[in-house]
Amino acid sequence: MDALEILFTASFWVAVIRIASPLIFATMGELICERAGVLNLGIEGIMTVGAFAGWFTVYSGGDLWAGVLVAALAGALFGLLHATLTVPLGLSQHVVGIGVTLLATSLTYFTYRLALPEVTSPPKIEPFQPLAIPGLSNIPVLGEALFTQTPLTYLAFLAVVLVTWVLYRTPVGLAVRAAGENPSAVEAQGISVTGIRMGAVVAGSALMAVGGAFLTMSAFNSFFFQMINGRGWICIALVVFGSWRPGKALVGAILFAAFDAYQIRLQQISGGIVPYQVFLMMPYALSILALILVARRTTYPKALMIPYQKGER
Amino acid sequence: MRLEAKPAPTLAVTLLFPLAAIVATLLLVSLLVLAAGASPFSVFYLVARGAAGSQFALLETLTRATPLIFTGLAVAVAFRAKLWNIGAEAQLYIGGVLTVVLGTGALPLPSAILIPVLMAAAMAAGALLLLGPAVLKTRFGVDEVVTTLLLNFIVLLFVSMLLEGVLKDPMGLGWPQSQKVVAEAQLPRLIQGKRLHLGFVIAIIAAVVVWIVTKKTKLGYEMRAVGHNPEGARFVGIPVNLVLMKTALLSGGLAALAGFSEVSGLKGNLTLDLSAGYGYTGIVVAMLAMLNPLGVIASAIFVAGIFVGADAMSRAAKVPSYIADVMVATSLLTMVVAILLTRYRIRWR
Amino acid sequence: MSDTPVLRLSGISKRFGPLRANDDISFDLKRGEVIALLGENGAGKTTLMNILFGHYVADAGTVEAFGEPLPPGDPRAALDAGIGMVHQHFTLADNMTVQENIALGTQSLWRARLDRASVRQRIAQLSADFGLAVDPAATVSTLSVGERQRVEILKALYRDARILILDEPTAVLTPAETDALFRTLKLLVAKGLSIIFISHKLHEVMAVSDRVLVLRAGRLVGECETASTDRKELAALMVGQEVKPAEVSPANVGAPLLVLEGVSTAPYNGAALDDVSLTLSAGEITGLAGVSGNGQAALAALIAGTQRATGGRISVAGREVAGWSPRVALDHGVARIPEDRHAVGTIGDMSVTENVIAERYGSPRFSRMGFLDWKAARHFAEKIIADYDVKCPSPEARIRLLSGGNMQKLILGRALDPEPAVILASQPTRGLDVGAVAYVHRMLLAARERGAAVLLISEDLEEILALSDRIIVMSKGRLSTPSARGERSIRELGELMAGHSGERSDAA
Repeated sequence: MDALEILFTASFWVAVIRIASPLIFATMGELICERAGVLNLGIEGIMTVGAFAGWFTVYSGGDLWAGVLVAALAGALFGLLHATLTVPLGLSQHVVGIGVTLLATSLTYFTYRLALPEVTSPPKIEPFQPLAIPGLSNIPVLGEALFTQTPLTYLAFLAVVLVTWVLYRTPVGLAVRAAGENPSAVEAQGISVTGIRMGAVVAGSALMAVGGAFLTMSAFNSFFFQMINGRGWICIALVVFGSWRPGKALVGAILFAAFDAYQIRLQQISGGIVPYQVFLMMPYALSILALILVARRTTYPKALMIPYQKGER
Repeated sequence: MRLEAKPAPTLAVTLLFPLAAIVATLLLVSLLVLAAGASPFSVFYLVARGAAGSQFALLETLTRATPLIFTGLAVAVAFRAKLWNIGAEAQLYIGGVLTVVLGTGALPLPSAILIPVLMAAAMAAGALLLLGPAVLKTRFGVDEVVTTLLLNFIVLLFVSMLLEGVLKDPMGLGWPQSQKVVAEAQLPRLIQGKRLHLGFVIAIIAAVVVWIVTKKTKLGYEMRAVGHNPEGARFVGIPVNLVLMKTALLSGGLAALAGFSEVSGLKGNLTLDLSAGYGYTGIVVAMLAMLNPLGVIASAIFVAGIFVGADAMSRAAKVPSYIADVMVATSLLTMVVAILLTRYRIRWR
Repeated sequence: MSDTPVLRLSGISKRFGPLRANDDISFDLKRGEVIALLGENGAGKTTLMNILFGHYVADAGTVEAFGEPLPPGDPRAALDAGIGMVHQHFTLADNMTVQENIALGTQSLWRARLDRASVRQRIAQLSADFGLAVDPAATVSTLSVGERQRVEILKALYRDARILILDEPTAVLTPAETDALFRTLKLLVAKGLSIIFISHKLHEVMAVSDRVLVLRAGRLVGECETASTDRKELAALMVGQEVKPAEVSPANVGAPLLVLEGVSTAPYNGAALDDVSLTLSAGEITGLAGVSGNGQAALAALIAGTQRATGGRISVAGREVAGWSPRVALDHGVARIPEDRHAVGTIGDMSVTENVIAERYGSPRFSRMGFLDWKAARHFAEKIIADYDVKCPSPEARIRLLSGGNMQKLILGRALDPEPAVILASQPTRGLDVGAVAYVHRMLLAARERGAAVLLISEDLEEILALSDRIIVMSKGRLSTPSARGERSIRELGELMAGHSGERSDAA
């Protein structure tokens, strides 16, 4: 197949949307945290926890949706840990984030080994199945790409709509955006900055965990070590790339996924002339490039990474 | 609740809080051990015995501590200046690459010259690798956390490419591994027949040198000033960006020495499992040492002991050895809280 | 005017470590009354208001609003009780619209949808009622300072505030904007609101208040009807002693030492410099007056070397200097006292010693071959501590733990010890107590006596008038012509500050 033809096949775009789904969840999660002023570097570990928790719930006989819920709760729990350390205690968001990632990842591996001491190959579950939306899925290419996905992908898009709505159309969203820009504006109006920021980190972390769960419950059907593989860090880049706006971040995630899906296919037709590692590097290199391109032009939430103490101005 | 600055802590308090952090960590991890159906006391005893219960155990712990001292120093140096180098893993691997590129026969030199050359080459490579993110940070405002993290993945893939390509050992039975370095490029063992090698001594020397740099030199002073308050540092005439570049070079170089030391001192060749996450663990080592270079030696040995001990323990008790990673990660978080409490008092009203 | 107080503070006390910020303060506020809370910086005004507003919890004492006790430490309760506050530093989120800022926190957080229509309607109504014109759809970052203050007042009115507290509301306003604010306040009082007006400016207090409370060192030291007092009495109460202006001998002006010719900069803290020329001569204090945000910060940053000029020339002692930077400035004998002691002037987590050598750590006095001489550094710190009468536990103490006045003395010592030819003093007495202010003034005058060229940038017109041999007014990034001591009246200076005079020329 020609390198260009790939772009016009429905199967390619179906894959793009699938690859984008976990990124969309996690990017929305990170975006909420950062909009409230907290950089959450726990993302990589929280996605790992979510991937395991969701999968393990189903593996232990739970319902698929119960798995998603458990994943979200587990993510929220680690979000609470992160938030407690960074918001009221004002500890370095960099160090705590890395610590949460290390802790979440190691706890997951520990639990996995404890729960499944004997297994050599990771056990499989029955994952979410694609659910074609009648009518819409018949639209060539676009319809097929968007509407023959699993329910979790639809949920990812719903999450974007929801996050946008909440941030821009609800009172609590106003408070979140203000907390990331000028926390004293929030406190002066009688709202607790600590409460808003902690809430945002907890909710955002739950979304990240669902993003992780997508991998084990929708994209694949089992849990294995190192399966997040830097996706969390990429999502942090996507938030910057999207200028902290949900819509733009969604576009970024899809663009990124398209590139990722494309490199996989290119790798297949390149016939091994170029080492496969070069293709695998591209997503990471692309993320760095994206950061360089937008970093100077974008406007950061002004209070991002700045701890807030009550009565401080 | 609010935080209130306290006067400078006494030495006793400074030492007491890390201890409290470790006790808190042990208590928290005990819960997991109980969940695994084992007794915390016997597990901790087994870990301690596995780490320091015999000459073999102790030497193994020191061997494992060697790369952690280097990466811990790399992180300590960078974090002092608030340059968030999370890329020690990548710098370590690049150091390993340079060691095998130049150490597998390309340079026909005697040991006394070859080893310093390899060290310098490894350091230069690691330094340059971190210079990139530092430049992106100062010139374009790109957060170095994300770039150094992403570079870890890129470099590991790059190493994989090399090991399946130009650096592949033809005699390696198809495994992705490099040739062994020549005898002149190998660091001598400190005790005949044991694994502990000269790299450990180099690590100690490095720690002392870094300590002198941070405490006694202009550069160390500048790094601290930039880390505490870049705007204030700029105001008094400290060239902030230049200091960040120098910090990056020093930090990247130190992390790369870990790769050199593991290849030349222990493994002999480069493989994809040269590092067991030493770059990331270095962050914990540095934080446990409160970024003090001499403290890094102690905390690296402590952390290495946990890993070595946990390996031994998991063979005896039915507790997964990942308990070591959990312990190390937990101690990082309890430690940052402890450091906070040495400097601030929490007032609830 | 009914007799039941709308607000009653009883026995409020608050300590921060050894500092008594508030000591047994009690007073009542009546309906339709304007109380001025007068006091020096650091007298405890802001702490008191933070307690009232629930940001701090008092160690002792109670607050009652409309006869009901106010639970401590709960800003929400203060808001609900009808207390509104306009902070000195605006509490607005710049990325959001006026309407969003006003609506923030006024509707249940868990509503599925913000009711924008009713917000817009209500703002329009209030704007009309109180003459507070502002576009509700505008993003705050595009608004002028005066407009932002109107938004802050609207925020309080929107919440049906019956008591309005204004913390140093005129610090950022031009005289004309100040007049407009006073008209608004009169209107509010006429509609039955009560106002607490916090200030350290006597003439404003006299102009706007019914009653004056004077705070000094955390205690309420005086209370009088405005009508039955005068500025002199208030000043004496506020300072606690007879206020004696610093003795100033005639200037002995020498050669020009620092010359700026046609310099421009990019915007910095709200304003850019636009083709500014300025000459600072030996033995002379040049006072730069102006309303905050008109380019003083840009000029200070430019001379300090932290902000680059986009055009123009800088010369020292007659020679043009290229590549101006903090280091180059220091090397040419330009000493700098920055506006912000905490964020810029010191490195809070480093010791007194480390801070004191910060501008000269690279000199042979303190370093050899890349190594620092800590012994010499410590001796120097001890010398500065002794010479400048700094109270600190030891040279090893973190500078963060020092009081503002002592921190400023250390910065003065660091800057003045090498006997610099040029001194840039940017808001050098902001937030200091009377004693420290007098000390800073003496030091600047002493430097002038020995022939230094001093540029004093201050928003405090009285300070400028007291010290300056020559006064220049800055407005919208440009400088007025200079005037000699006593040449222009306060009114004329005020008009220049408002940018009314079209005249503009190079202050040569």
